[in-house]
Amino acid sequence: MRKKERKLVVTFHTTADAMAMEKTCREFRVPGRLIPVPRVISAGCGLAWCAPLDERAQVERVMRENGIEQEALHECMV
Amino acid sequence: MIYFDNAATTLHKPEAVKKAVTEAFDVMGNAGRGASVPALDASRIIYGTREKLARFFHAENANRIVFTANSTESLNIAVKGLISPGDHVITTVLEHNSVLRPLYECSDKGTEITVLGCDEMGNISYRDMDSAVRENTKAILCTHASNVTGNMIDLQRTGDIAGKNGLLFIVDASQTAGVYPIDVQSLGIDVLCFTGHKSLLGPQGTGGMYVRSGIEIRPLLSGGSGVDTYNPRHPAVMPTALEAGTLNGHGIAGLGAALSYLEETGLDVIREKELSLMRRFYEGVSGIPGVKIYGDFGTDRRCPIVSLNIGDYDSSEVSDELDTAWGIVTRPGAHCAPLMHRALGTVAQGAVRFSFSHYNTEEEIDFAVRAVKKLTD
Repeated sequence: MRKKERKLVVTFHTTADAMAMEKTCREFRVPGRLIPVPRVISAGCGLAWCAPLDERAQVERVMRENGIEQEALHECMV
Repeated sequence: MIYFDNAATTLHKPEAVKKAVTEAFDVMGNAGRGASVPALDASRIIYGTREKLARFFHAENANRIVFTANSTESLNIAVKGLISPGDHVITTVLEHNSVLRPLYECSDKGTEITVLGCDEMGNISYRDMDSAVRENTKAILCTHASNVTGNMIDLQRTGDIAGKNGLLFIVDASQTAGVYPIDVQSLGIDVLCFTGHKSLLGPQGTGGMYVRSGIEIRPLLSGGSGVDTYNPRHPAVMPTALEAGTLNGHGIAGLGAALSYLEETGLDVIREKELSLMRRFYEGVSGIPGVKIYGDFGTDRRCPIVSLNIGDYDSSEVSDELDTAWGIVTRPGAHCAPLMHRALGTVAQGAVRFSFSHYNTEEEIDFAVRAVKKLTD
C-alpha cells in the first residue's frame, strides 16, 4: 500500500454533484481527482473530490463560483 | 419498406447514436458505483447527457433532470408522487393512456379529475380550462401534442392559467421533444416528462423528466443509489431521489449522441422538413373521395402526423394492406388514446396514422399518396 498523505476531501450529496465537480475542476485546471469516499469520513459509499491541501482556496472558489453543492469539506489522511 | 410510424418510435437513428451505444459497451461500468475507470467513465457519460438535456430544455441545472425508462415511467412518478386524495386535476381528451391510467388510479383513491373536451377539429378550449379551476385544483396535466391528430396544446396559455392560479403544470412532451423547442422556465412548466426513443432519436428504454427546483416528488421507487448506503431511506436529494437502481447507461450514451445530433442539425431544420412532408401527404390525400382526415391542418404549428380513414374500412385492414401490398408501415387502431378516439367518433373504426421523420423523402410520400388513392378505388 502506498503511504497516506493528508489531503483535502470534498464529499457530495449525489453522484451528479461529484461529476459536476470533476468537470468544473478540469475546466478551470484545478488539480485533484475523484476517489471513493474514505471510510473515515463515511461508510456510506459515493464519490469524493481529493485535492492537495494547498489547493483549498482554489477548490472552494471554483465550487462557489460554479454553484457546486458540497456535503462537507474534510482534511484527512488518504 | 417505408416507415411512417415515427410517432410510435423513430426507426432510423443517427449513425452517431448507434456508435455511442456500441462504444459504451466497451467502456461503461456502473455509474456512481465506485471510482474505478469504468465506473467513472459511465458516470461521465451519464452526467454529460444530463447536462445536454438541461441545456436542451433550459432547466436551471443538470440536477433537475432525472433519467427514467420512458414517458410512462416519468408520468407515473409525477402523478403518483405529486397528486393526493382530495386534489383536483385538470387534463384533456387528447391524452395518452400513460397520463390517463395513472390519473384513474388516483381517482380510485379520491382524486377528482376534470377532462377537458375538444371541438370537432380536436382542439381544446382555454376558456374551459380556466373555468375548470376549483379551490382544490392541484395541477394541470396535459400533453404538448395529440399522438392521434398531431394538434398541439398551447403551453404558454396553459402555463399562464396554471401560473395565475398557483397550480402545478405537468407536461407530457412525448410527441414534441426533439421537434419543438421547449423552454421549461419561460413556459412555467413544473414537471416535463419525455421519452428518448421518439423525436429525440435516442434508444428505446431512455427517457426522463425535468422537475423544477423546489418541487418535491414522492419517489415511486427506492433502492440502490451508490451513496448514503447506511441510510434506511432513499436519499432525498435530486436527481438521486428519483433514480433508484442502475440507470440505462448504454442507452443514455446513445441519447447523448442523439442530442448532439439534434443540436448540430437544428430543430428548425428537422421540423420544417417533417412538416413539409406532412403537408405534401395531407394535400395529396385530402382531396381523395372517401378519405376522412382528423385534426386541425389550418396551422403549421402541429406535429407531423396525419391520421385518416378510408370509407368504412376497419383501420387495421387498411394498415395491413398498406404494409403487405405496398410496404408502408403505419399504425392503425386507437393509439393508446381512448378519449381522443371517442371524441373523434372513431372508437369502432380506429384510424390509420401516418407519422413522419426528417429521414423520410418526398418520393416516399408520393408513393404513399398513390397507395391511398389505389385503396379507395
